[in-house]
Amino acid sequence: MAETKPKPKLNRKAVEMAKQDPKVRAKNFSEVALGYTEAEAQEEASRCLQCPNPQCRSGCPVDIPIPQFVKCIKDKKYAEGIATIKSKNALPAVCGRVCPQEEQCQKKCVIGRAGEPVSIGRLERFLADWERDNGFQLPPKAAPTGKKVAVIGAGPAGLTVAADLVKLGHEITMFEALHIGGGVLSYGIPEFRLPKAIVNNEVNYVQKLGVDLRLGNLVGRIHTIPELMKNGYDAVFIGSGAGLPQFTGSPGENLGGIYSANEFLIRVNLMKAFKFPEYDTPIRIGKHVVVIGGGNVAMDCARSSMRLGSEVCLLYRRSRDELPARHEEIENAEEEGIVCKFLAAPLEFYGDEKGWVKAMKCIAMELTEPDAKGRRGVKQVPGSEFVMDVDTVIIAIGQTPNPIIQRTTDGLQSDPRHGTICVNEVGKTSLDGVYAGGDVATGAATVISAMGAGKRAAKAMHEYLMNKK
Amino acid sequence: MTKTELAPKIKLVEVEAPDVAAKSQPGQFLIVIHGEKGERIPLTICGYDRVKGTVSFAFHEVGKTTKDLGKIEQGESIDNVTGPLGNPSEIKKFGKVLCVGGSVMIAPLLLQAKAMKEAGNHVTTILGARTDPFIMMEDEAKRYSDKVYLSTDDGTKGFKGLDFLRELLKTEKFDRCIVMGPVILMKDVSAITKPYGIPTVVTLTPIMIDGMGMCGVCRVTVDGKMLFGCVDGPEFDGHKTDFDELILRQRTMLPEERLSSVLAEMKGGCKCGRNKA
Repeated sequence: MAETKPKPKLNRKAVEMAKQDPKVRAKNFSEVALGYTEAEAQEEASRCLQCPNPQCRSGCPVDIPIPQFVKCIKDKKYAEGIATIKSKNALPAVCGRVCPQEEQCQKKCVIGRAGEPVSIGRLERFLADWERDNGFQLPPKAAPTGKKVAVIGAGPAGLTVAADLVKLGHEITMFEALHIGGGVLSYGIPEFRLPKAIVNNEVNYVQKLGVDLRLGNLVGRIHTIPELMKNGYDAVFIGSGAGLPQFTGSPGENLGGIYSANEFLIRVNLMKAFKFPEYDTPIRIGKHVVVIGGGNVAMDCARSSMRLGSEVCLLYRRSRDELPARHEEIENAEEEGIVCKFLAAPLEFYGDEKGWVKAMKCIAMELTEPDAKGRRGVKQVPGSEFVMDVDTVIIAIGQTPNPIIQRTTDGLQSDPRHGTICVNEVGKTSLDGVYAGGDVATGAATVISAMGAGKRAAKAMHEYLMNKK
Repeated sequence: MTKTELAPKIKLVEVEAPDVAAKSQPGQFLIVIHGEKGERIPLTICGYDRVKGTVSFAFHEVGKTTKDLGKIEQGESIDNVTGPLGNPSEIKKFGKVLCVGGSVMIAPLLLQAKAMKEAGNHVTTILGARTDPFIMMEDEAKRYSDKVYLSTDDGTKGFKGLDFLRELLKTEKFDRCIVMGPVILMKDVSAITKPYGIPTVVTLTPIMIDGMGMCGVCRVTVDGKMLFGCVDGPEFDGHKTDFDELILRQRTMLPEERLSSVLAEMKGGCKCGRNKA
């Protein structure tokens, strides 16, 4: 090491991002993380070493030129910075908030070997928020190709495909089954983690690019895919997500007060039941809520319940080390006062005379040796049953794809076990001109992996469309 | 949209929705949303005109949303009508079909009765209600049926209760029974037809939000299995449906529904003399 050469001083510590105080935020639905100020963003951006061969970029599923946009922040060229991100990612305000950067770009940051990696996600969010406050510019669009594409589902995958293809000059119609766009960004992720005003803004941006968004339009019931292809669409992208809730199958699961995570989150987020009766959709929640599961969705349910005024216990059948939720979310949840009960699973639910849940029988679990994939299984500990008093249960043990499209599209191959649509590495399905990506192809995963799949599919679809006679 | 009053507080609304009308079939339903802060409510399709591009649904003004819908004026539009959702009814020639409809569900029942008649069936229709003024659409029923019976819980019109049906089944044979109405009616009719082995189809109306298989609030137990009213139904085998569970599940949000309804009433200016809420 040439110690004598003047080198930029390596700042090992990342600039913290301000958050609402846990005691305060546990009672409101406002956003938890408050974002960087301009000075904080500058300081954090100057920690970046501008590596000539940036590892961070290889960790990004949508290949954002990370060092370039970070340098733009340092140089105060914010408009150029956001344009750099948007060349690859149409939804930076979303990704800056909900991407697991610690597992992706930031994991690869070389500073991370000596200290804390550059907070790439926070910087992305800073630029996206800057743009929202300062007005956005539309990127250049290619000349019309005369090709029409139907995109099914206005979630992360669909929005990405639509944005990429419309910029290439194709005519895009996006069919969304719900009455609001955004997919899981709208119905699933809560307001305090991803404000809906931001989601609306991102959806509006995609519409301003020229995408025709049709709400309340369930493909499979109104139009089927073969009909769309017959009616002039040259290609179709299926990004219908993983919306079908799974249940435990334990006796008593149909009692009142037992919600699927989807029902609970749809009521609270999409229908704004936390503002009932100002909004018409109610949510009924008790004092003692148990959330079953350990993923990000379970954390979202637990933290939402807390904000509705309940005491919340998270019941997970494995141990803390196996929790699939993002580390940051687990930390946030615990700070807010959520109690975790590990190595326990439900066996049966008991109701009162009105058919409302009042208690649940659980059993202790123990971990078994890791399987071939390295994941540890669990088994029940005989004789360890115990009963908990509860008045609300939320079941957050996963979602599978909605089967309507698979059932109404002849020749579309899907996996009978998981309900997922079978695709190749670029998202092509068994039908010519029909592509799929995101949770409907992989099973429930992350926003950014759906966007990555959307990017790959959009590229393949563009090639397909341009080669099509 | 156009609006007709079928019975006190029961309205039939026809809206222009060509895409929806083009695909609607008897037995399917719509999700209707009105107002930026409105809820999503499921309503069974009562008719459609593919040429005019319209679809119609009926509702009983009992809660806030249905009261709001009832206030929409002729010519105004409804924010969002999603559909058709759910599986269509099985319409074919069965032979003798018994159609039983209760109060507001008489309207969609008659769409099925009509389709059954057109498929070449002999159709017997029973129109039921709690009390006289709620027996509706008698003329339409006569048009689509070979025989029509009326029944009220209190005997103010037609037969009192369902005893006449018990008697009728002793002498007449039916190949299929369709029941649409309050859960208690579907439960009672299913119990009556069961000893005769008449395949009985009930249209379940559990609470729904999205209506397309996402939330699972509409889960029902049929033949011991958990099924979703929206994507597996809405029609199920009445002899295998757990109606008691459905009744309890329909009531889970009752206090909130009442609160919402009361507050909505007060908005028009409450009676205490102060200004609007």
